[in-house]
Amino acid sequence: MIRWLRQHGLAVGHAFEMLIGSPASSVLSIVVMGIVLSFPAGILLTLDNLRTVSGESLESPQLSVLMNTDAASDDIERINANLEKMSAIAHFQFISKEIALQQLQQETELAEIMRNLEQNPLPDVFAVNLGNVTVDEIEALRTTILAWPKIAHVLVDTDWARKLDAILSLGRIIAIMLAILFGAALVFAVFNMIRLQILTRSDEIEVSRLVGATNSYIRRPFLYFGAIQGLAGALLAWLILAVSIAQINKALFELARLYETTFKLDHFVWLDSLILLVIAIGLGWLGAYVSVTRYLLRSDNI
Amino acid sequence: MIQFVQVSKVYSGGFQALQGVSFSIMAGELVFFIGHSGAGKSTLLKLIAAIEQPTSGTVKVGKLDSSTMKRSAVPYLRRGLGLIFQEQKILYDRPVLDNVLLPLQVVGMESKVATARARAALDKVGLLHRGKANPVSLSGGEKQRMCIARAVVNRPTVLIADEPTANLDAAYAQEIMGVFRSFHQVGVTVLIATHDLALIENKSRVLQLYQGKLAQ
Repeated sequence: MIRWLRQHGLAVGHAFEMLIGSPASSVLSIVVMGIVLSFPAGILLTLDNLRTVSGESLESPQLSVLMNTDAASDDIERINANLEKMSAIAHFQFISKEIALQQLQQETELAEIMRNLEQNPLPDVFAVNLGNVTVDEIEALRTTILAWPKIAHVLVDTDWARKLDAILSLGRIIAIMLAILFGAALVFAVFNMIRLQILTRSDEIEVSRLVGATNSYIRRPFLYFGAIQGLAGALLAWLILAVSIAQINKALFELARLYETTFKLDHFVWLDSLILLVIAIGLGWLGAYVSVTRYLLRSDNI
Repeated sequence: MIQFVQVSKVYSGGFQALQGVSFSIMAGELVFFIGHSGAGKSTLLKLIAAIEQPTSGTVKVGKLDSSTMKRSAVPYLRRGLGLIFQEQKILYDRPVLDNVLLPLQVVGMESKVATARARAALDKVGLLHRGKANPVSLSGGEKQRMCIARAVVNRPTVLIADEPTANLDAAYAQEIMGVFRSFHQVGVTVLIATHDLALIENKSRVLQLYQGKLAQ
Protein backbone atom coordinates (compact mmCIF):
# COMPACT_ATOMS: atom_id res chain seq x y z
CA MET A 1 0.00 0.00 0.00
CA ILE A 2 2.81 2.41 0.96
CA ARG A 3 4.68 1.49 -2.24
CA TRP A 4 1.50 2.09 -4.24
CA LEU A 5 1.00 5.51 -2.62
CA ARG A 6 4.68 6.33 -3.18
CA GLN A 7 4.39 5.55 -6.88
CA HIS A 8 1.24 7.68 -7.19
CA GLY A 9 2.99 10.49 -5.32
CA LEU A 10 5.89 10.23 -7.74
CA ALA A 11 3.47 10.26 -10.70
CA VAL A 12 1.72 13.39 -9.38
CA GLY A 13 5.14 15.02 -8.98
CA HIS A 14 6.03 14.13 -12.57
CA ALA A 15 2.67 15.51 -13.75
CA PHE A 16 3.35 18.87 -12.09
CA GLU A 17 6.87 18.82 -13.53
CA MET A 18 5.29 18.49 -16.99
CA LEU A 19 2.92 21.40 -16.25
CA ILE A 20 5.65 23.64 -14.91
CA GLY A 21 8.09 22.48 -17.57
CA SER A 22 6.03 24.13 -20.30
CA PRO A 23 4.15 26.94 -18.49
CA ALA A 24 3.00 28.85 -21.58
CA SER A 25 1.40 25.88 -23.31
CA SER A 26 -0.05 24.64 -20.00
CA VAL A 27 -1.74 27.97 -19.28
CA LEU A 28 -2.94 28.23 -22.86
CA SER A 29 -4.47 24.77 -22.83
CA ILE A 30 -6.13 25.38 -19.45
CA VAL A 31 -7.66 28.61 -20.79
CA VAL A 32 -8.92 26.78 -23.89
CA MET A 33 -10.38 24.03 -21.70
CA GLY A 34 -12.00 26.59 -19.41
CA ILE A 35 -13.68 28.36 -22.33
CA VAL A 36 -14.73 25.09 -23.97
CA LEU A 37 -16.26 23.85 -20.70
CA SER A 38 -17.98 27.15 -19.90
CA PHE A 39 -20.09 27.05 -23.11
CA PRO A 40 -22.23 23.97 -22.43
CA ALA A 41 -22.08 24.54 -18.66
CA GLY A 42 -23.35 28.09 -19.18
CA ILE A 43 -26.21 26.95 -21.41
CA LEU A 44 -27.22 24.25 -18.93
CA LEU A 45 -27.03 26.76 -16.09
CA THR A 46 -29.26 29.25 -17.94
CA LEU A 47 -31.77 26.53 -18.75
CA ASP A 48 -31.82 25.40 -15.13
CA ASN A 49 -32.48 28.96 -14.03
CA LEU A 50 -35.31 29.33 -16.55
CA ARG A 51 -36.71 26.00 -15.45
CA THR A 52 -37.16 27.42 -11.97
CA VAL A 53 -39.44 30.07 -13.50
CA SER A 54 -41.68 27.45 -15.08
CA GLY A 55 -41.23 25.33 -11.97
CA GLU A 56 -42.39 28.10 -9.67
CA SER A 57 -45.56 28.50 -11.70
CA LEU A 58 -46.23 24.84 -11.14
CA GLU A 59 -45.18 24.79 -7.52
CA SER A 60 -48.46 26.21 -6.25
CA PRO A 61 -50.82 25.93 -9.21
CA GLN A 62 -54.51 26.69 -8.83
CA LEU A 63 -57.55 24.93 -10.16
CA SER A 64 -60.97 26.51 -10.35
CA VAL A 65 -63.66 23.87 -10.00
CA LEU A 66 -66.90 25.30 -11.39
CA MET A 67 -70.09 23.51 -10.44
CA ASN A 68 -73.26 23.27 -12.43
CA THR A 69 -75.69 26.07 -11.66
CA ASP A 70 -78.26 23.51 -10.51
CA ALA A 71 -75.91 21.94 -7.95
CA ALA A 72 -77.53 21.49 -4.56
CA SER A 73 -75.90 21.82 -1.14
CA ASP A 74 -75.60 17.98 -0.94
CA ASP A 75 -73.59 18.01 -4.15
CA ILE A 76 -71.34 20.75 -2.79
CA GLU A 77 -70.71 18.81 0.42
CA ARG A 78 -69.88 15.69 -1.56
CA ILE A 79 -67.38 17.57 -3.72
CA ASN A 80 -65.96 19.16 -0.57
CA ALA A 81 -65.49 15.69 0.97
CA ASN A 82 -63.89 14.36 -2.21
CA LEU A 83 -61.42 17.25 -2.41
CA GLU A 84 -60.42 16.74 1.23
CA LYS A 85 -59.41 13.18 0.45
CA MET A 86 -56.99 14.17 -2.33
CA SER A 87 -53.37 14.25 -1.23
CA ALA A 88 -52.24 16.39 -4.17
CA ILE A 89 -54.36 19.29 -2.89
CA ALA A 90 -52.69 21.63 -0.43
CA HIS A 91 -55.82 23.54 0.50
CA PHE A 92 -59.03 24.75 -1.06
CA GLN A 93 -61.72 27.31 -0.51
CA PHE A 94 -65.40 27.23 -1.40
CA ILE A 95 -66.78 30.39 -2.98
CA SER A 96 -70.55 30.30 -3.22
CA LYS A 97 -72.24 31.86 -6.23
CA GLU A 98 -73.83 34.46 -3.96
CA ILE A 99 -70.48 35.59 -2.58
CA ALA A 100 -68.98 35.53 -6.05
CA LEU A 101 -71.77 37.77 -7.31
CA GLN A 102 -71.32 40.11 -4.39
CA GLN A 103 -67.64 40.42 -5.08
CA LEU A 104 -68.25 41.01 -8.73
CA GLN A 105 -70.74 43.73 -8.01
CA GLN A 106 -68.36 45.46 -5.67
CA GLU A 107 -65.14 45.17 -7.49
CA THR A 108 -65.63 45.30 -11.22
CA GLU A 109 -66.69 47.71 -13.86
CA LEU A 110 -69.56 45.37 -14.64
CA ALA A 111 -71.17 46.13 -11.30
CA GLU A 112 -74.12 47.99 -12.82
CA ILE A 113 -74.88 45.21 -15.29
CA MET A 114 -74.55 42.58 -12.60
CA ARG A 115 -76.94 44.44 -10.33
CA ASN A 116 -79.57 44.51 -13.07
CA LEU A 117 -79.50 40.79 -13.70
CA GLU A 118 -82.68 38.95 -12.70
CA GLN A 119 -80.82 35.75 -11.95
CA ASN A 120 -77.33 35.01 -10.64
CA PRO A 121 -75.42 33.56 -13.62
CA LEU A 122 -72.38 32.56 -11.61
CA PRO A 123 -71.70 28.99 -10.45
CA ASP A 124 -70.47 27.80 -7.08
CA VAL A 125 -66.71 27.49 -7.23
CA PHE A 126 -63.97 25.65 -5.37
CA ALA A 127 -60.63 27.49 -5.55
CA VAL A 128 -58.14 24.67 -5.18
CA ASN A 129 -54.45 25.16 -4.42
CA LEU A 130 -52.29 22.20 -5.31
CA GLY A 131 -49.07 21.04 -3.73
CA ASN A 132 -45.83 20.46 -5.66
CA VAL A 133 -47.11 18.57 -8.68
CA THR A 134 -46.06 18.07 -12.25
CA VAL A 135 -47.96 19.31 -15.26
CA ASP A 136 -49.05 15.76 -16.04
CA GLU A 137 -50.36 15.29 -12.52
CA ILE A 138 -52.38 18.52 -12.82
CA GLU A 139 -53.91 17.26 -16.03
CA ALA A 140 -54.75 13.91 -14.42
CA LEU A 141 -56.35 15.70 -11.47
CA ARG A 142 -58.33 17.90 -13.79
CA THR A 143 -59.71 14.86 -15.64
CA THR A 144 -60.63 13.11 -12.38
CA ILE A 145 -62.49 16.10 -10.94
CA LEU A 146 -64.23 16.76 -14.22
CA ALA A 147 -65.70 13.25 -14.08
CA TRP A 148 -67.45 13.91 -10.79
CA PRO A 149 -71.20 14.67 -11.00
CA LYS A 150 -72.38 18.27 -11.06
CA ILE A 151 -68.99 19.60 -12.17
CA ALA A 152 -69.29 21.94 -15.12
CA HIS A 153 -65.68 22.97 -15.70
CA VAL A 154 -62.24 22.64 -14.17
CA LEU A 155 -60.14 25.61 -15.17
CA VAL A 156 -56.41 25.42 -15.03
CA ASP A 157 -53.85 27.47 -16.92
CA THR A 158 -50.83 25.29 -17.37
CA ASP A 159 -50.52 25.71 -21.11
CA TRP A 160 -47.86 28.41 -21.04
CA ALA A 161 -45.90 26.46 -18.43
CA ARG A 162 -46.13 23.34 -20.58
CA LYS A 163 -44.85 25.26 -23.60
CA LEU A 164 -41.99 26.77 -21.64
CA ASP A 165 -41.21 23.37 -20.18
CA ALA A 166 -41.12 21.84 -23.68
CA ILE A 167 -38.84 24.61 -24.97
CA LEU A 168 -36.53 24.12 -22.01
CA SER A 169 -36.50 20.36 -22.58
CA LEU A 170 -35.52 20.96 -26.20
CA GLY A 171 -32.89 23.45 -25.06
CA ARG A 172 -31.58 20.92 -22.59
CA ILE A 173 -31.19 18.28 -25.30
CA ILE A 174 -29.34 20.78 -27.49
CA ALA A 175 -27.15 21.76 -24.53
CA ILE A 176 -26.36 18.11 -23.78
CA MET A 177 -25.47 17.51 -27.43
CA LEU A 178 -23.22 20.56 -27.34
CA ALA A 179 -21.71 19.31 -24.09
CA ILE A 180 -20.93 15.96 -25.75
CA LEU A 181 -19.35 17.73 -28.74
CA PHE A 182 -17.33 20.10 -26.56
CA GLY A 183 -16.42 17.19 -24.30
CA ALA A 184 -15.11 15.27 -27.30
CA ALA A 185 -13.17 18.37 -28.37
CA LEU A 186 -11.68 18.54 -24.89
CA VAL A 187 -10.68 14.87 -25.04
CA PHE A 188 -8.98 15.46 -28.41
CA ALA A 189 -7.23 18.57 -27.06
CA VAL A 190 -5.84 16.63 -24.08
CA PHE A 191 -5.01 13.71 -26.39
CA ASN A 192 -2.88 15.99 -28.55
CA MET A 193 -1.29 17.72 -25.58
CA ILE A 194 -0.30 14.39 -24.05
CA ARG A 195 0.98 13.17 -27.42
CA LEU A 196 3.36 16.13 -27.50
CA GLN A 197 4.41 15.47 -23.91
CA ILE A 198 5.07 11.84 -24.78
CA LEU A 199 7.22 12.87 -27.72
CA THR A 200 9.37 15.04 -25.46
CA ARG A 201 9.67 12.23 -22.91
CA SER A 202 10.00 9.28 -25.30
CA ASP A 203 13.59 8.57 -24.23
CA GLU A 204 12.58 8.40 -20.59
CA ILE A 205 9.66 6.13 -21.43
CA GLU A 206 11.90 3.81 -23.45
CA VAL A 207 14.55 3.59 -20.72
CA SER A 208 11.87 3.11 -18.06
CA ARG A 209 10.40 0.18 -19.99
CA LEU A 210 13.85 -1.35 -20.39
CA VAL A 211 14.47 -1.23 -16.65
CA GLY A 212 11.15 -2.88 -15.85
CA ALA A 213 8.49 -0.17 -15.80
CA THR A 214 4.96 -1.48 -16.28
CA ASN A 215 2.53 0.25 -18.65
CA SER A 216 0.63 1.49 -15.59
CA TYR A 217 3.77 3.13 -14.25
CA ILE A 218 4.41 4.90 -17.56
CA ARG A 219 0.77 5.87 -18.01
CA ARG A 220 0.24 7.24 -14.50
CA PRO A 221 1.98 10.68 -14.70
CA PHE A 222 0.22 11.43 -17.98
CA LEU A 223 -3.16 10.49 -16.52
CA TYR A 224 -2.55 12.84 -13.61
CA PHE A 225 -1.38 15.48 -16.07
CA GLY A 226 -4.63 15.16 -18.06
CA ALA A 227 -6.73 15.11 -14.89
CA ILE A 228 -4.99 18.20 -13.47
CA GLN A 229 -5.54 20.04 -16.74
CA GLY A 230 -9.22 19.04 -16.66
CA LEU A 231 -9.55 20.20 -13.05
CA ALA A 232 -7.87 23.52 -13.77
CA GLY A 233 -10.05 23.97 -16.89
CA ALA A 234 -13.21 23.25 -14.86
CA LEU A 235 -12.21 25.71 -12.12
CA LEU A 236 -11.61 28.35 -14.77
CA ALA A 237 -14.97 27.57 -16.42
CA TRP A 238 -16.67 27.91 -13.02
CA LEU A 239 -14.98 31.26 -12.55
CA ILE A 240 -15.96 32.44 -16.05
CA LEU A 241 -19.59 31.54 -15.29
CA ALA A 242 -19.46 33.29 -11.90
CA VAL A 243 -18.23 36.52 -13.47
CA SER A 244 -20.75 36.23 -16.33
CA ILE A 245 -23.65 35.60 -13.94
CA ALA A 246 -22.69 38.61 -11.83
CA GLN A 247 -22.67 40.83 -14.92
CA ILE A 248 -25.94 39.43 -16.32
CA ASN A 249 -27.67 39.76 -12.94
CA LYS A 250 -26.85 43.47 -12.88
CA ALA A 251 -28.76 43.87 -16.14
CA LEU A 252 -31.49 41.47 -15.07
CA PHE A 253 -32.16 43.38 -11.88
CA GLU A 254 -33.59 46.35 -13.80
CA LEU A 255 -35.61 44.13 -16.11
CA ALA A 256 -37.00 42.10 -13.22
CA ARG A 257 -37.94 45.28 -11.38
CA LEU A 258 -39.99 46.45 -14.36
CA TYR A 259 -41.86 43.14 -14.31
CA GLU A 260 -42.17 43.32 -10.53
CA THR A 261 -40.36 40.06 -10.02
CA THR A 262 -37.09 39.15 -8.37
CA PHE A 263 -35.74 36.83 -11.06
CA LYS A 264 -31.97 36.44 -11.14
CA LEU A 265 -29.52 33.83 -12.37
CA ASP A 266 -28.01 31.54 -9.77
CA HIS A 267 -24.65 29.78 -10.12
CA PHE A 268 -24.37 26.00 -9.85
CA VAL A 269 -25.13 24.56 -6.44
CA TRP A 270 -22.16 22.74 -4.85
CA LEU A 271 -23.30 19.34 -6.19
CA ASP A 272 -23.54 20.63 -9.78
CA SER A 273 -20.15 22.31 -9.36
CA LEU A 274 -18.73 19.02 -8.15
CA ILE A 275 -20.25 17.23 -11.17
CA LEU A 276 -18.63 19.82 -13.49
CA LEU A 277 -15.24 19.20 -11.83
CA VAL A 278 -15.60 15.42 -11.95
CA ILE A 279 -16.66 15.44 -15.62
CA ALA A 280 -13.75 17.72 -16.59
CA ILE A 281 -11.26 15.61 -14.62
CA GLY A 282 -12.71 12.50 -16.24
CA LEU A 283 -12.44 13.97 -19.75
CA GLY A 284 -8.83 15.05 -19.14
CA TRP A 285 -8.04 11.62 -17.78
CA LEU A 286 -9.75 9.93 -20.75
CA GLY A 287 -7.83 12.02 -23.32
CA ALA A 288 -4.57 11.18 -21.57
CA TYR A 289 -5.44 7.49 -21.27
CA VAL A 290 -6.25 7.14 -24.97
CA SER A 291 -3.11 9.04 -25.97
CA VAL A 292 -0.68 7.07 -23.78
CA THR A 293 -2.30 3.73 -24.51
CA ARG A 294 -2.07 4.40 -28.24
CA TYR A 295 1.63 5.20 -27.84
CA LEU A 296 2.28 2.14 -25.68
CA LEU A 297 0.53 -0.14 -28.16
CA ARG A 298 2.53 1.30 -31.05
CA SER A 299 5.81 0.87 -29.19
CA ASP A 300 4.96 -2.48 -27.66
CA ASN A 301 8.15 -4.11 -29.00
CA ILE A 302 10.30 -2.16 -26.52
CA MET B 1 19.06 -20.38 -16.00
CA ILE B 2 18.88 -19.21 -19.63
CA GLN B 3 17.95 -21.67 -22.33
CA PHE B 4 17.50 -21.24 -26.08
CA VAL B 5 15.78 -24.12 -27.88
CA GLN B 6 15.86 -24.02 -31.70
CA VAL B 7 15.34 -20.26 -31.67
CA SER B 8 14.89 -18.44 -34.97
CA LYS B 9 14.17 -14.78 -35.52
CA VAL B 10 13.04 -13.27 -38.80
CA TYR B 11 12.43 -9.50 -38.82
CA SER B 12 9.42 -8.03 -40.60
CA GLY B 13 11.57 -7.03 -43.58
CA GLY B 14 12.43 -10.71 -44.08
CA PHE B 15 15.95 -10.52 -42.62
CA GLN B 16 16.78 -13.73 -40.75
CA ALA B 17 18.79 -12.69 -37.68
CA LEU B 18 18.87 -16.07 -35.92
CA GLN B 19 18.37 -19.57 -37.20
CA GLY B 20 17.84 -22.64 -35.00
CA VAL B 21 19.99 -21.42 -32.12
CA SER B 22 20.14 -23.66 -29.04
CA PHE B 23 22.26 -23.30 -25.90
CA SER B 24 22.02 -23.15 -22.11
CA ILE B 25 23.71 -20.81 -19.65
CA MET B 26 24.03 -21.69 -15.99
CA ALA B 27 23.73 -19.16 -13.15
CA GLY B 28 26.97 -17.36 -12.38
CA GLU B 29 28.57 -17.90 -15.80
CA LEU B 30 30.47 -15.24 -17.74
CA VAL B 31 29.63 -15.72 -21.41
CA PHE B 32 30.89 -13.80 -24.44
CA PHE B 33 28.84 -13.75 -27.65
CA ILE B 34 31.14 -12.97 -30.52
CA GLY B 35 30.65 -12.59 -34.24
CA HIS B 36 30.80 -10.04 -37.02
CA SER B 37 28.29 -7.23 -37.37
CA GLY B 38 24.87 -8.64 -38.26
CA ALA B 39 25.72 -12.10 -36.93
CA GLY B 40 22.76 -11.93 -34.52
CA LYS B 41 24.46 -11.03 -31.20
CA SER B 42 22.21 -8.07 -30.39
CA THR B 43 19.09 -9.95 -31.46
CA LEU B 44 20.02 -12.79 -29.15
CA LEU B 45 20.40 -10.45 -26.17
CA LYS B 46 17.14 -8.68 -27.07
CA LEU B 47 15.37 -12.03 -27.04
CA ILE B 48 16.65 -12.69 -23.50
CA ALA B 49 15.30 -9.31 -22.36
CA ALA B 50 12.02 -9.86 -24.28
CA ILE B 51 12.69 -6.75 -26.34
CA GLU B 52 12.11 -9.02 -29.33
CA GLN B 53 10.04 -12.20 -29.58
CA PRO B 54 11.36 -15.33 -31.32
CA THR B 55 9.73 -16.24 -34.63
CA SER B 56 10.07 -19.90 -33.64
CA GLY B 57 11.64 -21.86 -30.83
CA THR B 58 11.65 -21.12 -27.12
CA VAL B 59 13.63 -18.74 -24.94
CA LYS B 60 13.58 -19.53 -21.24
CA VAL B 61 14.90 -17.11 -18.64
CA GLY B 62 14.56 -18.55 -15.15
CA LYS B 63 11.00 -19.79 -14.87
CA LEU B 64 9.70 -17.54 -17.66
CA ASP B 65 9.14 -19.02 -21.09
CA SER B 66 8.84 -16.73 -24.14
CA SER B 67 6.21 -18.97 -25.75
CA THR B 68 3.82 -18.74 -22.80
CA MET B 69 4.85 -15.44 -21.21
CA LYS B 70 2.26 -12.63 -21.24
CA ARG B 71 3.29 -9.08 -22.22
CA SER B 72 2.37 -7.95 -18.72
CA ALA B 73 5.08 -10.24 -17.28
CA VAL B 74 7.88 -8.61 -19.32
CA PRO B 75 8.55 -5.71 -16.86
CA TYR B 76 8.98 -8.20 -14.03
CA LEU B 77 11.41 -10.26 -16.15
CA ARG B 78 13.45 -7.11 -16.87
CA ARG B 79 13.62 -6.17 -13.19
CA GLY B 80 15.76 -9.29 -12.73
CA LEU B 81 18.07 -8.29 -15.60
CA GLY B 82 20.63 -5.52 -15.85
CA LEU B 83 20.72 -4.18 -19.41
CA ILE B 84 23.61 -2.21 -20.91
CA PHE B 85 23.20 -1.04 -24.46
CA GLN B 86 25.63 -0.08 -27.16
CA GLU B 87 23.74 3.19 -27.61
CA GLN B 88 23.77 3.71 -23.82
CA LYS B 89 20.26 5.23 -23.58
CA ILE B 90 21.23 7.97 -21.14
CA LEU B 91 18.75 10.62 -20.01
CA TYR B 92 20.52 13.94 -20.41
CA ASP B 93 17.79 16.01 -18.73
CA ARG B 94 18.80 14.83 -15.26
CA PRO B 95 22.00 14.28 -13.26
CA VAL B 96 23.94 11.03 -13.11
CA LEU B 97 22.42 10.00 -9.77
CA ASP B 98 18.86 10.39 -11.11
CA ASN B 99 19.73 8.25 -14.12
CA VAL B 100 20.86 5.49 -11.78
CA LEU B 101 17.80 5.98 -9.53
CA LEU B 102 15.33 5.28 -12.35
CA PRO B 103 15.15 1.44 -11.99
CA LEU B 104 14.50 1.85 -8.26
CA GLN B 105 11.77 4.47 -8.78
CA VAL B 106 10.13 2.09 -11.24
CA VAL B 107 9.77 -0.56 -8.51
CA GLY B 108 8.54 2.03 -6.00
CA MET B 109 11.48 1.92 -3.62
CA GLU B 110 11.49 4.42 -0.76
CA SER B 111 13.41 7.56 -1.71
CA LYS B 112 16.11 7.41 1.00
CA VAL B 113 16.80 3.70 0.49
CA ALA B 114 16.84 4.18 -3.29
CA THR B 115 19.27 7.09 -3.07
CA ALA B 116 21.58 5.07 -0.81
CA ARG B 117 21.45 2.14 -3.24
CA ALA B 118 22.11 4.39 -6.26
CA ARG B 119 25.06 6.03 -4.50
CA ALA B 120 26.44 2.57 -3.62
CA ALA B 121 26.13 1.50 -7.28
CA LEU B 122 27.93 4.66 -8.42
CA ASP B 123 30.61 4.02 -5.82
CA LYS B 124 31.03 0.47 -7.13
CA VAL B 125 31.83 1.79 -10.62
CA GLY B 126 33.93 4.66 -9.26
CA LEU B 127 31.54 7.46 -10.16
CA LEU B 128 30.18 8.56 -6.80
CA HIS B 129 31.93 11.92 -7.06
CA ARG B 130 30.07 12.62 -10.36
CA GLY B 131 26.59 11.92 -8.96
CA LYS B 132 25.36 15.49 -9.34
CA ALA B 133 26.99 16.04 -12.72
CA ASN B 134 25.02 16.12 -15.94
CA PRO B 135 25.83 13.07 -18.10
CA VAL B 136 26.87 15.43 -20.93
CA SER B 137 29.97 16.27 -18.93
CA LEU B 138 31.04 12.62 -18.55
CA SER B 139 33.73 10.97 -20.66
CA GLY B 140 32.87 7.93 -22.81
CA GLY B 141 34.15 5.52 -20.17
CA GLU B 142 32.29 7.34 -17.39
CA LYS B 143 29.06 7.23 -19.37
CA GLN B 144 29.39 3.51 -19.82
CA ARG B 145 30.19 3.06 -16.12
CA MET B 146 27.09 5.10 -15.29
CA CYS B 147 25.07 2.73 -17.48
CA ILE B 148 26.56 -0.23 -15.61
CA ALA B 149 25.62 1.39 -12.29
CA ARG B 150 22.06 1.82 -13.59
CA ALA B 151 22.03 -1.81 -14.70
CA VAL B 152 23.23 -3.22 -11.37
CA VAL B 153 21.43 -0.89 -8.97
CA ASN B 154 18.43 -3.22 -8.83
CA ARG B 155 20.77 -6.13 -7.92
CA PRO B 156 19.93 -8.24 -10.98
CA THR B 157 20.89 -11.89 -11.29
CA VAL B 158 21.84 -11.44 -14.94
CA LEU B 159 23.87 -8.63 -16.47
CA ILE B 160 23.48 -8.24 -20.23
CA ALA B 161 25.81 -5.94 -22.16
CA ASP B 162 25.63 -5.29 -25.89
CA GLU B 163 28.99 -4.04 -27.23
CA PRO B 164 29.77 -2.23 -23.95
CA THR B 165 33.20 -1.13 -25.14
CA ALA B 166 32.30 -0.29 -28.74
CA ASN B 167 32.99 3.43 -28.51
CA LEU B 168 35.82 3.28 -26.01
CA ASP B 169 39.60 3.17 -26.39
CA ALA B 170 41.55 0.15 -25.12
CA ALA B 171 42.24 1.59 -21.65
CA TYR B 172 38.59 2.47 -21.03
CA ALA B 173 37.53 -0.92 -22.45
CA GLN B 174 39.73 -2.78 -19.95
CA GLU B 175 38.39 -0.58 -17.16
CA ILE B 176 34.80 -1.50 -18.09
CA MET B 177 35.70 -5.19 -18.32
CA GLY B 178 37.14 -4.94 -14.83
CA VAL B 179 33.78 -3.75 -13.58
CA PHE B 180 32.01 -6.68 -15.27
CA ARG B 181 34.51 -9.13 -13.80
CA SER B 182 33.91 -7.78 -10.30
CA PHE B 183 30.17 -8.44 -10.66
CA HIS B 184 30.82 -11.90 -12.05
CA GLN B 185 33.02 -12.68 -9.06
CA VAL B 186 30.09 -12.07 -6.69
CA GLY B 187 27.88 -14.55 -8.57
CA VAL B 188 26.12 -12.40 -11.15
CA THR B 189 25.59 -14.07 -14.54
CA VAL B 190 27.26 -11.81 -17.11
CA LEU B 191 26.47 -11.98 -20.82
CA ILE B 192 28.52 -9.76 -23.12
CA ALA B 193 28.12 -9.35 -26.87
CA THR B 194 31.29 -8.04 -28.48
CA HIS B 195 33.32 -8.12 -31.64
CA ASP B 196 36.44 -7.12 -29.70
CA LEU B 197 38.27 -10.42 -29.18
CA ALA B 198 40.88 -8.71 -26.99
CA LEU B 199 38.32 -8.50 -24.20
CA ILE B 200 37.83 -12.23 -23.95
CA GLU B 201 39.60 -14.02 -21.16
CA ASN B 202 41.03 -17.52 -21.56
CA LYS B 203 38.74 -19.19 -19.05
CA SER B 204 35.56 -17.54 -20.29
CA ARG B 205 32.85 -19.31 -22.21
CA VAL B 206 32.52 -18.05 -25.77
CA LEU B 207 29.57 -18.58 -28.08
CA GLN B 208 30.29 -17.57 -31.65
CA LEU B 209 27.54 -16.55 -34.01
CA TYR B 210 27.93 -16.65 -37.76
CA GLN B 211 25.12 -15.49 -40.04
CA GLY B 212 22.52 -16.13 -37.34
CA LYS B 213 23.74 -19.62 -36.47
CA LEU B 214 25.77 -20.80 -33.52
CA ALA B 215 29.20 -21.86 -34.76
CA GLN B 216 30.49 -25.11 -33.25
